[in-house]
Amino acid sequence: MNDDNNSPEVDETDGADAETVEASAPAKDTAKDKGNPILEFRNINTHYGAVHILKDVNLAIYPGEMVCLLGGNASGKSTTLKTLLGMVTPTTGEVVLDGEVVNDKPTSYRVERGITMVPENRRLFKRLSVAENLQLGAYLRNDKAGIQEDLERIYSMFPRVYERLSQKAGTLSGGEQQMVAMGRALMAQPRVLLMDEPSMGLAPTLVQTNFELIEQIHQEGIAIFMVEQNANMALSLADRGWVLQTGRVVLDDTADALLANPDLRKSYLGEA
Amino acid sequence: MTAAVKVKGAQRTGVDWFLLVLKVALISAICAGLLAFIAQQIDPGNAFARWTHDGNEANRLSGDQYKGLIVTGLSQGAMYGLIALGYSMVYGVLGFINFAHGEVFMLGAFSGFIASTQLDAAGYWEGNAFIPSVIFTVLLAVIVSTTAAVIMERVAYRPLRGSPRLIPLITSIGVSFFIQEATKLLFGPGAKGYPRPPEWFSQKYSILTFEIEGSKIIVLFVAAISMAGLWYFVERTKTGKAMRAVAEDKEIAALMGIDVNKTIVTTFAVGGAMAGVAGILWGLLFKSVIATTGFLPGIKAFTAAVVGGVGNLGGAMAGGVSLGTAEALAPLMLLEPLGVTGVTQLRDAVAFTLLILVLLVKPTGLFGERLSSEDRA
Repeated sequence: MNDDNNSPEVDETDGADAETVEASAPAKDTAKDKGNPILEFRNINTHYGAVHILKDVNLAIYPGEMVCLLGGNASGKSTTLKTLLGMVTPTTGEVVLDGEVVNDKPTSYRVERGITMVPENRRLFKRLSVAENLQLGAYLRNDKAGIQEDLERIYSMFPRVYERLSQKAGTLSGGEQQMVAMGRALMAQPRVLLMDEPSMGLAPTLVQTNFELIEQIHQEGIAIFMVEQNANMALSLADRGWVLQTGRVVLDDTADALLANPDLRKSYLGEA
Repeated sequence: MTAAVKVKGAQRTGVDWFLLVLKVALISAICAGLLAFIAQQIDPGNAFARWTHDGNEANRLSGDQYKGLIVTGLSQGAMYGLIALGYSMVYGVLGFINFAHGEVFMLGAFSGFIASTQLDAAGYWEGNAFIPSVIFTVLLAVIVSTTAAVIMERVAYRPLRGSPRLIPLITSIGVSFFIQEATKLLFGPGAKGYPRPPEWFSQKYSILTFEIEGSKIIVLFVAAISMAGLWYFVERTKTGKAMRAVAEDKEIAALMGIDVNKTIVTTFAVGGAMAGVAGILWGLLFKSVIATTGFLPGIKAFTAAVVGGVGNLGGAMAGGVSLGTAEALAPLMLLEPLGVTGVTQLRDAVAFTLLILVLLVKPTGLFGERLSSEDRA
């Protein structure tokens, strides 16, 4: 929490650099160095009935990077995630996974190929045991040895989870549930982990721990796509970011440049 | 149910007073019945017994009669439990009561009638061939009921997925009528008798001082095996876990890569299979089946599911067994001592009184968890 107090100063020095750079081109250049994107949106438009939600959205997530999507309520963040996962089919445009258009492929197809999500508010199977929650994370996998190995890895990462394996997930504390939710997602062996509002509904002290966990997962080479309201925290971790406003990407830049952007500071970081 | 919960702490309305009076009256009647029963067991000629029985002594229940009632209750209850599982599983996954489930049970009993008649004609419904024949009949009934349940889901309920819950519920009543009438059309409205089982089937055997008929031993044995199998399937297998995950949160289940539609079909199939087993057991126990056979056991099994806590599989089994036992015991243990006449005719009344009592005292059922408001929505 101390970071919050210090951040304005730090940001302003960064801001000086970023403002001179101005355009979003550099962000794209750095991205290109990372090879081909795992997951891409090409001119995505999504409708719920007659309501136009996403408008010509372009996104790309490259292997091993950490990116974030910022936006207020009803900006289309959840729809973006649902479209990435195949729970919502776009009306026009292409969702591309490893170079293949997957618009009409089901969620399971994408999960099998390494896209998974830690949902908002964790959404564990509360009536199932912690062990069962983790097992369900590996639902599409058949390599018993690999599953066991990943379980061990999660136990060493979250010793608390190991202690509570036989407990019903609903009886765990918020922080423990967050660990199980991340463990469950990791059991799917993701290459891209989508995180929907990871700090939502957590006590302030847990938010910090939580972002440390995300950082730790990222260190293992998993790309993170984070959807957050807590713009400060998200941008301090991420390499790049997008800002979504009423379904349109209005900013697409490096995290540093976004942190320095006066419009963004005004609307998301609560500065006048 | 919701009204009773909401009003707690708030001002009581006339309806609440009525429910309270009903609750008190039912519980007092049960206590009075129990006391009278105990009194009559100690001294059949006690003053109260003479008063309620027009001056005659009450009929004291002997230990053997008592055990007989328990066995009857258990075997009946096991069947209710098997059917109740189907109601409970479908409710757990889709959140509506499939009232056509009783008809799935009836189709099982009917296919058993057809198979057993054929086997009997070929001379396989007796002697050493009897047990293999019963196993074959059970398997056939399972196949018929499972198929019926799966077709029902595909044709009637899947197109309604996502519509308000009342709509599939009403549809299920329509499906129920359809199957009943179709069966009447195909097989006629009369009762169909199962062929005569071998002698040993109706003989009594002594197990742990209980005198049990062969038919009831088979019923209890088959029911226990089926329930154990189902428990293993739901608790231990991957598909079972997927089923419980889908019951809790379809969206997140899909996120795990679970095929939600396939899991829902599996749920109907497994529920249908259990109903099929129950259908054959019914045929073996009561030896006849009619197109409307599914109705009353269906409603009773639904009651059992509610008594146990709908959506909870252990609860469905326990609810079935409690309902069967209550039906068997209550007329002679509670009503007869109070001087009610023709008590054996009152079994259905007992079953539904139990339902009312459970709804009054513990609306979530014996083993039910309190549903959160989001679950109930």
